[in-house]
Amino acid sequence: MVQKLDTLTETPSQTAGPYVHIGCIPTFAGLEGIYPEDLGKRAIDEGAQGEIVTITGSVFDGTGWALRDAMIESWQPDAQGRFPGQEGADPKVNGFARFAADGDSGEYTLRTVKPGAVPMRGGGWQAPHISLWITARGINIGLQTRIYFSDEDNSRDPLLLRIEQRHRVQTLIAQKTGDGLYRFDIRLQGEGETVFLDL
Amino acid sequence: MTDLGPLIPRNRAVHPVAYDVDYKTSVTRSPNLPLLSMESTLTEESGPRFGHGLLGPLDNNLILNWTKGAAPAIGERILVHGRVLDEHARPVPRTLVEVWQANAGGRYRHVKDGYLAPLDPNFGGCGRTLTDEAGYFQFLTIRPGAYPWPNRANDWRPMHIHFSVFGHSFGQRLISQMYFEGDPLIERCPIAATIKARSQLDRLVAPLDMTSARPLDFLAYKFDIVLRGRRQTMFENKLEGM
Ligand SMILES: [Fe+2]
Repeated sequence: MVQKLDTLTETPSQTAGPYVHIGCIPTFAGLEGIYPEDLGKRAIDEGAQGEIVTITGSVFDGTGWALRDAMIESWQPDAQGRFPGQEGADPKVNGFARFAADGDSGEYTLRTVKPGAVPMRGGGWQAPHISLWITARGINIGLQTRIYFSDEDNSRDPLLLRIEQRHRVQTLIAQKTGDGLYRFDIRLQGEGETVFLDL
Repeated sequence: MTDLGPLIPRNRAVHPVAYDVDYKTSVTRSPNLPLLSMESTLTEESGPRFGHGLLGPLDNNLILNWTKGAAPAIGERILVHGRVLDEHARPVPRTLVEVWQANAGGRYRHVKDGYLAPLDPNFGGCGRTLTDEAGYFQFLTIRPGAYPWPNRANDWRPMHIHFSVFGHSFGQRLISQMYFEGDPLIERCPIAATIKARSQLDRLVAPLDMTSARPLDFLAYKFDIVLRGRRQTMFENKLEGM
């Protein structure tokens, strides 16, 4: 016998299910009026400093079908790389947003400010990125991934450098499609499978 | 901002498997390739914070919040309460807890739910609250009904309440479900069964808690939630620029 650790273990996850919107984006489910507005409705308020970008995409299953029921959350710093709560952070950047795949087209849209680079513990910098957390029916534990940007220097990003199969790096890079416009598709399984994270 | 240390790596063994043939939707929505593991960074260690200004007075009362207090929801009245802790067993204060659930007949108020059981005009089905300084939260609600769902020919969900918890770091984000002690459908549920260790599934089953039940009013169920903790040693490197 040994001494007993007094630590706990994380509560097991369960799928968010098809009705995740009721709890997280009530107006999407048809529950207008229960709260004044949905949490995370806007990543930024008017007047946020920096380049305003609009990112669109879909979440595809292993057959290539765009999910109609996915709920995505994003978290990011301001244009200077400062997260809400950090000293000097842009008060117009909420950092957090919640959005759903459209019930008809399966497309999501995120309008936000392009984030700045973020320091690493122990030195070095991470290229500008937005963290995503994806939930849906059939996803038993939320999937973490990141959006990087095709027009930024991603060559020294410590996370991207850890991807052994270099062609898979592209799955984390939003492609610029126009002025302030980017496309970022997420593939849950199979060909072109997005790199999902555990950190 | 002080460096509280990296997040403790997730112990994936306690969590459900991503791919489970008995939960059919998971078959095409589970990644085939391994996750990319790395020590957490400031991105995962920071996270959104919400204040009391967000909350309305009835937000944690699902019996009354849909009708703004005008008429109570139909069903067995219950208190669901517990604490949010981290892996060091320390309370997680001032964190947002959101819940959603079916009504007493097993029907969700959602544009996509067409189950035979009727909607309750007095029940919306979602609620939210912030934990207090001790990590404690409570909801007043009705016991949700079990419901059938399209999977295998005759699958039923046990009574359950969906929980969403933030913690203080985006990397602590967790969605799970609370089940009820004694429900025979837990054993038969393919979604519950995506958790392969029975001892871990048991942690999602809330016991009846008569110490918190109010006579002539409501029964109570206790549900504690544990989020990832931070690894703290005196040998950490400083976070550059912090
Ligand atoms: Fe459910």
